[in-house]
Amino acid sequence: MLARDHFRQLVCETPFHPRTAALNQLNLWHRWRDHTVADAYFDVGMEYNAIRNSCAVFDLSPMTKHLITGPDALAYMNRLVTRDVAKIKPARVGYCVWCDDAGQVIDDGTIFHLREGVYRLCSQERQLDWLHSSALGFDVRIVEETNDVAGLAVQGPTSCAVLKSLGLAGIETLTPFGLRSFPFAGGTLEVSRTGYTGDLGYELWINPERALQLWDALFAAGADHGIRAIGTLALEMSRIEAGFIQAGVDFLPADRAVRVDRTRSPFELDLGRLVDFSKPNFTGRRALLEEQHRGSRYRLVRLDVEGNKPAKDAYIYDQRRTNVGVVTSSMWSPAAKASIALASVKMPWGAPGEELAAEIYYQKELKWNRFMARCRVVEGAFFDPPRRRATPAADR
Amino acid sequence: MTERQTVVVIGAGHNGLVCATYLARAGRKVLVVEAAAQPGGAAITREFAPGYRVSAVAHLLHLLDPVIERELALARHGLSYARSSLVNVSLSPGRPALSLDGGDVIAGEVSPADRSALQVHAARMQKFARVIARQHARVPPRLRFESWHDVLPAAAVALDIRLLGRKDMREFLRIATMNIYDVLEEQFEHAGIKGVLALDAVLGTRLGPRSGNSVYTALYRQSGSVNGRSGALALPQGGMGAVSNALVSAARIAGVEIRCGAQVEEIIVREGRATGVRLRNGEELRADRVVSNADPKTTLLRLLGARHLETEFARRVQQLRAVGTAAKLHLALSGRPQFRGLPAGLLGERLVIAPDLDYIESAFNPAKYGEFSAQPIMEVTLPSLHDASLAPAGHEVLSAVVQYAPYDLKGGWAAGKRPFLAAIMAVLEEHAPGIGALVQHAELLTPLDIEQQFGITGGHWHHGELALDQFMMLRPVAGAAQYATPVAGLYLCGAGCHPGGGIMGSAGRNAARVIAGGR
Amino acid sequence: MKYDAIVIGAGHNGLCNAAFLARAGLEVLVLESNSYVGGAAVSRELHPHWTYSNCSYVCGLLRPEIYRSLELARHGLQIVPYGGGVTFTRDGDILGGYLDKDLKRRELARHSARDADAYMRYGRDTMRQCRLIRSLLLRTPPDPSSLRWRDLREMMHVGKEFAKLGEAGIYDTMRFYTLSIADYLNEYFESDVVKANFAGSGIIGTALGVQSPGTAYVLLHHYMGDVDGQMGAWGFARGGMGAVSQALAAAVQAHGGEIKVDAPVARILTRGGRACGVALANGDEYYADTVVSNVDPKRTFLKLMDPGDLQPEFLARARNFKIRGSSGKLNIALDGLPDFPALGAGNPLISGDMHFLDSLERYERAYDDWKNGSWSKDPYLDLLMPSLTDPTMTPPGKHMMSVFVQYVPVKVNGHDWTDADREAFKQTVFDQIARYSPNFRSLVLHAEVRTPRELEAEVGLTEGNIFQGELTFDQLFFNRPFPGYAQYRAPVRGLYMCGSATHPGGGVMAAPGANAAREILRDLHRGSTVPEGWSDD
Ligand SMILES: Cc1cc2nc3c(=O)[nH]c(=O)nc-3n(C[C@H](O)[C@H](O)[C@H](O)COP(=O)(O)OP(=O)(O)OC[C@H]3O[C@@H](n4cnc5c(N)ncnc54)[C@H](O)[C@@H]3O)c2cc1C
Repeated sequence: MLARDHFRQLVCETPFHPRTAALNQLNLWHRWRDHTVADAYFDVGMEYNAIRNSCAVFDLSPMTKHLITGPDALAYMNRLVTRDVAKIKPARVGYCVWCDDAGQVIDDGTIFHLREGVYRLCSQERQLDWLHSSALGFDVRIVEETNDVAGLAVQGPTSCAVLKSLGLAGIETLTPFGLRSFPFAGGTLEVSRTGYTGDLGYELWINPERALQLWDALFAAGADHGIRAIGTLALEMSRIEAGFIQAGVDFLPADRAVRVDRTRSPFELDLGRLVDFSKPNFTGRRALLEEQHRGSRYRLVRLDVEGNKPAKDAYIYDQRRTNVGVVTSSMWSPAAKASIALASVKMPWGAPGEELAAEIYYQKELKWNRFMARCRVVEGAFFDPPRRRATPAADR
Repeated sequence: MTERQTVVVIGAGHNGLVCATYLARAGRKVLVVEAAAQPGGAAITREFAPGYRVSAVAHLLHLLDPVIERELALARHGLSYARSSLVNVSLSPGRPALSLDGGDVIAGEVSPADRSALQVHAARMQKFARVIARQHARVPPRLRFESWHDVLPAAAVALDIRLLGRKDMREFLRIATMNIYDVLEEQFEHAGIKGVLALDAVLGTRLGPRSGNSVYTALYRQSGSVNGRSGALALPQGGMGAVSNALVSAARIAGVEIRCGAQVEEIIVREGRATGVRLRNGEELRADRVVSNADPKTTLLRLLGARHLETEFARRVQQLRAVGTAAKLHLALSGRPQFRGLPAGLLGERLVIAPDLDYIESAFNPAKYGEFSAQPIMEVTLPSLHDASLAPAGHEVLSAVVQYAPYDLKGGWAAGKRPFLAAIMAVLEEHAPGIGALVQHAELLTPLDIEQQFGITGGHWHHGELALDQFMMLRPVAGAAQYATPVAGLYLCGAGCHPGGGIMGSAGRNAARVIAGGR
Repeated sequence: MKYDAIVIGAGHNGLCNAAFLARAGLEVLVLESNSYVGGAAVSRELHPHWTYSNCSYVCGLLRPEIYRSLELARHGLQIVPYGGGVTFTRDGDILGGYLDKDLKRRELARHSARDADAYMRYGRDTMRQCRLIRSLLLRTPPDPSSLRWRDLREMMHVGKEFAKLGEAGIYDTMRFYTLSIADYLNEYFESDVVKANFAGSGIIGTALGVQSPGTAYVLLHHYMGDVDGQMGAWGFARGGMGAVSQALAAAVQAHGGEIKVDAPVARILTRGGRACGVALANGDEYYADTVVSNVDPKRTFLKLMDPGDLQPEFLARARNFKIRGSSGKLNIALDGLPDFPALGAGNPLISGDMHFLDSLERYERAYDDWKNGSWSKDPYLDLLMPSLTDPTMTPPGKHMMSVFVQYVPVKVNGHDWTDADREAFKQTVFDQIARYSPNFRSLVLHAEVRTPRELEAEVGLTEGNIFQGELTFDQLFFNRPFPGYAQYRAPVRGLYMCGSATHPGGGVMAAPGANAAREILRDLHRGSTVPEGWSDD
C-alpha cells in the first residue's frame, strides 16, 4: 500500500531509472502515466538505427500488467478476449484485443501464458475495472502487478547475440511468441520473443530488485554488439513501420469514448484474424457476428504515400474528392524509404491496391504548402525482415 | 412446422403458468418445471398452522389483467371472489377510524375541503393510472429510432400521455417522478388520508413517502381492476392459491404439462443458444425455447451464468436492485380481535397501520441502514371473515404485509426475527389490545424466508425494485426488456420484467406473444 | 419615470438579463433592495480587511458564452482555477482528489485499486450526461404539451441530442435522471470513502438525501461547468464572487442601463391585465411595459403581486412550489493558516475543497436530521480557503475560510431560528472542523453564520433555498418553475422571470438571465443580443 504522502513524488521512476537517467544526455523524458521513460537519449536517428541495425533497449516497465490465476482462468480469458486463448499453450504469448458489448475494441495487449492456467495480460491502458466486471461468475483472481515486474525490450538484429553473451543458453531456439525462463542472479528472468518493432527482438521480465543488475549485465554483454538505449520516439518509428496500431492514436479505447460513434471494432482495425467465432461466448461476440453480417463501417489501411512529406493528420479523399477518412499515424520510413501512414477510412473505400489521396500541409522555412499526395493501399507491414521470424534466430 | 416447437418454462408462478398456457394455445408443446411441491409461486394458499390456511405471500388481488381472466376463462376454472372490493381503513389509536373507498370517505371525520380534494385526487390518479395500465399489455419499445418499426411503439406511449389533454398531461409530467409525500402535502390536511394514500406508494418497494419515484409506484399499484372496477382490492375464495389453481387448470386443458418438485439447476447453452435445462437430479430436458419465470438475477446469473452474456449486460443484471423490504405475518387467532375505534362492520376490510406520513417515513429510515422498523407499517386483512375455508369455526386468520424488514438486515435475520416479531406484536397490541392473547400460532416470513422458500432473489415483491430506473424498457435491464435475453432461445416472463410484480399475469402473456410471434 | 424594461433584483441573473436588454438598445432600470448588487453573488467586508464571498463562493458554471459576449474580462472579471478536493476519514486518513489525473488515480488506488480504474468509467459516463445538458443550457425549454412550431422544433432538438447518445446511451440517460446518487455511485465503486468523496455533489443545496432518487442528476449542477474548457473544473472569481456581479453591473452600465440600490420593490403594477411598472416600498413608482423579476416565484407571485391579477390555479402552483432551504454557510476570518495534519505538510489539497463525511451512511443520516427538523449533527461541509489562491481576500499571512453546510433546516423543530440555535449550529460545524484541525478554533477572529433565516432575510431567497427552488424533475426544464410557464413568461403579459427558479436553474451560471432576455427581445421583435451555446463535438 502506498504511503499517504505519495503526492510528493508526482511522477515515479522506473526500476531502471538510475541507468536511463545517467544515459539521457538530452534530458528528454516522456510521461508514461505516472512514470517517466526517456523520449530520446542522444539522437533519435541513431536510436532508430539501433533497432534496425544492431540492438536497442527500451525500458517498458510502466506497461500495465495483470496476473490472472484460478481454476477458471482459461475460461475467463476466453470470455474476455476475442481470440481462442486455449490455443495459447503454456510458455507462449498471444496478441489479443478485447471488446465491449457492442463489439468495439477496448484495448489491445498480449497474453503471457506463464504456466498452465496462469496468465499475465499486458496492455496499454489500465483495465482493472473491466477485468473485474468481466470476472462475474468466474473463479479467478486478478491482481495488477505493473510495478512488480520490470521490463526491457531488447530489439534488433543483434539482440539474440546479445542475449547469448548474457548467458541465456539456447535462446536462439526460442520461436516468435515463445516464452522461456532463465536463472538470473539468484532469481528468474523471463524472456519472450515479442516486441513492438516488427524486427527480431525479445522482451525481458524481471523482479524490480534485480533490474539494475540485469541492465548492467545486458549492456556489458551487448558492448560488442552495438547495444544502445532507445526512447519512445525511436520505438514509435519502428512500430509504424511494422504497421502496429496504438490505443489512443489509431483507435479510441471504447471504454473511454464519450462520443458513441468514435470507436472501432476489431474488423475495422484490420484485426479480424483475432476474432474466433468457433470458441465459446466472449464479450462482443453477438455484436461482431452481426457486424460480419451487416458489414463494417470503417477499415484501417496502410498507405504508401507519394512524395516525402509525412501525412500527419491528413484527410483522405477518394478519386472524386470525397472525404473518406483520416490518417492516424504517419512518418517517413527510413527502412522502407517511403512516406507511410496508417489511416481509418470509411467502407467501402480502402480495398488493397486502391488509389486514394492525402491532403498534406507542410512547411519549409515558415512557408506553408498544401499537397494532395496520391497514396496506395498496401497490405501487411511496411518493413518485414525475414529475421523477425527466423528460428533459430540469427546473430546479426 | 413439421414438428411442434417445444418450450420449457422454468417456474410455475402465476406468470409462468400464464405464459405456458398462451404458448400451448399457440401450438407449442409446453412443459413447466417448478422447484416447489405445488404450483403458484408466490400466489399460493398454504396451511401455516394445523387447521389455518392463508395466502402465503401475496394476499390481495388487485392487478390481475381482466383480459387474461377472460381469455383463460379463469372463472370457469374455479376462480371466484370472497370479496371483490375491500375498502381502506386507516387505524390510528387517537382518532376515529377513517375509511376510504377510492375517492369517497366512508367513515371518519374529514373536512369538506379534504373530501373534495380526495375526489379530485382520486379521479386524477385514476386517469394517470390508466396511462400506466395501457402499457401493461404492451412489449416495451426499444428506443433506437432506426426505422418506423422502432418509432411507432415509443410514439404510442407518447400519444397516451398526450391524450390526457394539455392540463393533465402537464400535471402528469410534473408529478411522474415526484415523491408521494409532496404531492399529498400539496392537497390534504387529514393525516390519515395522507397515510393511507402513501402506504400504497411504498408497499413492496424500498422507498419511503419522501423518496422520489413514489408517485409512480402509487400509480402502478392503482393500475389494475377487479370486476371492472379500477383500483379495487379482492380476496379470492380459498386464498391466492385459487388464482394459481385456476391457472393450472386452464394450463392443463390447453395441454401444458406441469412438473413440480423439479428444480432447474442450469440452463443449457449450446453454440450460443439455450437448448434446454438440467434439473437438480441431473435429468436434462431439451427444448427449442426456454422461458424463465424465476427472477432475472436467478435466471441470468445463477441458472444461465454470466459467462454466456456480455460483460456490460451481466454487470447491469448484477446491479439490478432487488433488496426486499416487505415481510409477511400470519396469525392463527382463537377469536376475533377488537381494534380500537373500529366499527365491527369494518373489521374485514383492509386495515392500514400508517397513521401519517412521518410515521411511514420514520418506519422507512432504519431500512436504509439495514435495520428493521421499530414501529412498522402494516396492511392487515382477516380473510377468514370472508372465507370460512381458511380457519376452524370461530377462529380467525390474520394476514399482514409488514414493512420495513430489509433483506440485508445488519446482524442477520436469524438473530433479528424474534425482536422484529416482538416489535410487530407491540404495534398490533396497541391497535388491538388483547390480540396477543388470541394468538395460537404466528408465522413471520422475512424477505430472507421468502427468498429461501419461494426462490425470489432478495425476497423482493417485484423480483427487482420497481422504480423509474428499472421500468419499461429498463426492466429488468436494457437489453432484456423485450422478454428476449441476449442468449438466443432464452426468455424471461416473471415479475422482474415489464410491467412488474403483483398477481397480474401481464409479463407472462407479453412474453408468450414475443415467443410465439418471434423468429 | 418610464423605462423600456425594469428588472426587479440585481442578482447575477437580473444583471445579466439587464445587460442583454440594454445591449439591444432598451432603456433598462435595475432595482435592488440591498445597498449592494449581486444577490447571492457578492463580496463583502464583514470583518475589517477580510473579504467574504458570503453566499456563493466558487465559480465554474458561469457560461463562457456569456462571459465572452458581455466582455466580462474587460469589465474586470478574472476567474482563477483552484486545485482539487479531499475527503478526510475518521481513522485519520484522506482521499485526495488531486488535479493531476495519475496522482488522483494512485490516490484512489490506495483505497481501492478497482475503483481507481472504475473512475475512468465514471468520468466518461458523467461527461456524457454533461454534454447532453450543456446543449440545453442556453436554450428555452419546449412546452411538450404544445403543438406550436417553435415548441416542436425545440422538442426535435432535444430528441436529436438524445438520439446522438445511441440506444444504450438513451437508457443510461433515463436511468441517470431517476437514480439516487448513492445508487449511481454503487454502479462504479466499491469503497465507501470513494463513494462518499463523490456523493457531496449530488446533495449540495438539495433537500434530498444521497439515497433519494433524482440526486444523481444534481451532480450535473456541479460538473457541467468548466473553466477554460476544463469540464467540471471550478475556480475563484478574483476578489470574491462579487467580482462576477460587479462585472455584470459594469456591462449593464456600459450599455446605458441604470441600477438603483436601496430600492426595494413592493408591488408589481398592472393595468388592463398587463404589467406596467413597479412601486417601491417608499411609494415611488417606475413604469415600463416590460417587467422582469429576478426574485423567486413565491415572492414574485405571492408577495409582489395582487392575487386578483392571477388565476387561483396559478396561485396554487406558486404556493406549492418546492423551495425548502437545506443549506447554511459559515464565513470565518482566521489569524493564520490552520493545520490539517492528515494532509501532511506541503499537500496542495490544502487549497482545495475539504469534506469530512467518509461514508454514504453518514450522508444519509445527515439528511435524516434535516428531515426530522434539525441541522445535521454530523454535517456535510464543503470547506475552502480562498485566501490561499486569491491574495485579495485577506491581509498577507491571514486567511479566510468558507464553509458551506448541508443540511440546515428552514425551521428548527418547527420553530423559527433563534440566536441560541444559531450559536449551537455554529458549534456543531466548529466541532466538525476542529476534529481534523486541532488549532482551528484558536485562529478564529470572526465568524459569520448564515442559516436559511439569514439567507432569506438578506438575499431574499425564500426559505433560504440557494437555487431559488429545488432541483427535482418536477421543477426542472419544461417544469421550471411551473409546467406551462417554463419559457420565462409569467401569466401576466409584459411580466417575465429571469432568476434561478427558471431553466436551467441554480448556480452562478447566468443562463436563466440570458435566456429570459432572448425571450423578451423576441416578444419585442428585436434582434437577439444573447449568444447561442457553443456546440462541441
Ligand atoms: C410479502 C409480499 C407480499 C405481497 N403481497 C401481494 C399482494 O397482496 N398482492 C399482489 O398482487 N402481489 C403481492 N406480492 C407480489 C407477488 O406475490 C409477486 O409479484 C408475484 O407473485 C410474482 O409472480 P411471478 O409468477 O412473476 O413469480 P413467482 O410467483 O415468484 O414464481 C416464480 C416461480 O419460479 C420458481 N423457481 C425459481 N427458481 C426455480 C428453479 N431453479 N427451478 C424451478 N423453479 C424455480 C419458484 O419456485 C416460483 O414458483 C407480494 C409479494 C411479497 C414478497
